[in-house]
Amino acid sequence: MVSALPLLEVVGITKVFGALRALDGVDVIVQPGTFHGLIGPNGSGKSTLLKAIAGAYLPTTGTIRFGQHDITTWAPYQRARVGLSLKFQVTAVMRELSVYDNVLLAMQSAETTWSLIWSRTRRRLHAEIMHALDRFRLADRANDLAGELSHGGQQWLEIAMALAPSPRLLLLDEPTGGMSPEERRMTGELLLPIKAERAMVIVEHDLDFIKNICDHLTVLDQGRVLCDGTVQQIEESPEVRRVYTTRV
Amino acid sequence: MLRKITTSASWWALRALPAVECLILLVLIVAPFFLSDQINLITLLTNIMILSIFAISFDMCWGFSGILSFGQALFFGVAGYVIALVGRDLNFSAIWGTLPLAMAVGLVLSFALAVFLLLGRKIPSPIFVAFGTLTGSYAAERLVSGWQYVGAGNGLSSIKLLQLGAFEFVEGIEFYTLALLCLVGTYLACRFIVRSQFGLVLAGMRQNEERLAFLGYRVQLFKAMVFSFAGLIASLAGALYSYHQGFIGPGNMGPGLSTTAVLYCLLGGAGTLIGPVIGTAVIEILNYSLSDIDAIRHFWPVILGIILLVIVMFQPAGLLGLVVSDRERIGAFGARPRRSARG
Repeated sequence: MVSALPLLEVVGITKVFGALRALDGVDVIVQPGTFHGLIGPNGSGKSTLLKAIAGAYLPTTGTIRFGQHDITTWAPYQRARVGLSLKFQVTAVMRELSVYDNVLLAMQSAETTWSLIWSRTRRRLHAEIMHALDRFRLADRANDLAGELSHGGQQWLEIAMALAPSPRLLLLDEPTGGMSPEERRMTGELLLPIKAERAMVIVEHDLDFIKNICDHLTVLDQGRVLCDGTVQQIEESPEVRRVYTTRV
Repeated sequence: MLRKITTSASWWALRALPAVECLILLVLIVAPFFLSDQINLITLLTNIMILSIFAISFDMCWGFSGILSFGQALFFGVAGYVIALVGRDLNFSAIWGTLPLAMAVGLVLSFALAVFLLLGRKIPSPIFVAFGTLTGSYAAERLVSGWQYVGAGNGLSSIKLLQLGAFEFVEGIEFYTLALLCLVGTYLACRFIVRSQFGLVLAGMRQNEERLAFLGYRVQLFKAMVFSFAGLIASLAGALYSYHQGFIGPGNMGPGLSTTAVLYCLLGGAGTLIGPVIGTAVIEILNYSLSDIDAIRHFWPVILGIILLVIVMFQPAGLLGLVVSDRERIGAFGARPRRSARG
């Protein structure tokens, strides 16, 4: 049996900040079309790993392959151009721009400078922008400033922006952070249809949320991979239970 | 009645900017008809228009793109020296040759500085750019101050008049008209850019440049493009200024003038294009009116400093912020969809 080529292959990633070893030889493989969850106690290195994949941090050692590309030393914009998209942990929408313009900004990122100067694509992208807003229940807020949205609304806008360039792999850092239980449930509903379109790596503290949405989980602890497997395998792992009952 | 007032108030809230722009354009068009016999006032207005172009170049950097440039006078001054030297050494001052040459020099020089300051692997911090541009401006001022070929500390005077065929742009209505055309042309070009989808990238860059990088934008490249374009604009202003004054000196390319551009922009309102024009007019008119009064002349820089301090502390959106809302200042970008769902 021949397995599919992995979409993302993280091999032996180490990240050292001064005396702190935030990541210590982490290996992660993400297959196309899967939702891959990264879980672990606070300080286990989940967000650092996600940022290393997205290019916010360059790893101290190790390699990151995305499709055919070795992206270990690439800048964030280069990674975004080959299909990696990150939703930040802290909402980073453009608060002074309208909700519509936030999505337009994300969607037009592949356009040439000349095309941007002559504003050639806004009309063409309009239907796609409204579809993206509609998908995240923001269509009726299109003309409002992003800063006027609730925290949950800004999180959804952030996800809509991350999805706008049609990435092959979406990286979500705590997509339900600061949301109410009802907003979390709705976020799960909004994300599930995306599974048919692209792969995703999610860092999330809410275990119920991540178990419901992910196919595969990697558990990190103190910068190392503690366990890796399907949701069922992780749930049955005594090591994971020990970590979660003693540290969380 | 109340509804009518509210409606007209909201209409004004979103259209104050074009109204202010039209009003200023109208004033500049009709002014020569009322001031034709007052050459000193025509000269003052010409100066204001030229310095407004200079202030707009800083607004493109800071107001629209978040690039804190303290070196705009470098491009202004170099362009002034270029046209002065071409006039002196080559006896050439045709408008079709010297203005494009000055602008090309400004463009190349600003791009060279952008390569050094802005095009690194990481997005440069505003402080790094501020110090880098300030150093460039200061170094250039010191360099020409000691360089005999360009007149050293005395600068270059008696600059050959700008010509179009046999027609000479002398101080007065002729140069006023040229300066007005250049200001309007520059303004429209900048307005076109900042209201385009490219302008949306600049607006995003000003608010959260790190986020833009993760969306696939090479932020450094956009900064370099805007910085170079602003250098081109500043050099146009510098060339016009030198022709108009008939003089260019080290002080026209140093940190003093660079900082003045910052003041013009902040006083009028950064990120609006018309704000820097207003700021330039206010400062230059006050300068003209008050500097002749002996009791005030010596304290004028202090008074100016206090006025600006008050503005920055209590009215950070500048004078224009008194009539233009934040929402209108940010504005819209690109061609609007024909069947808009945006209300």
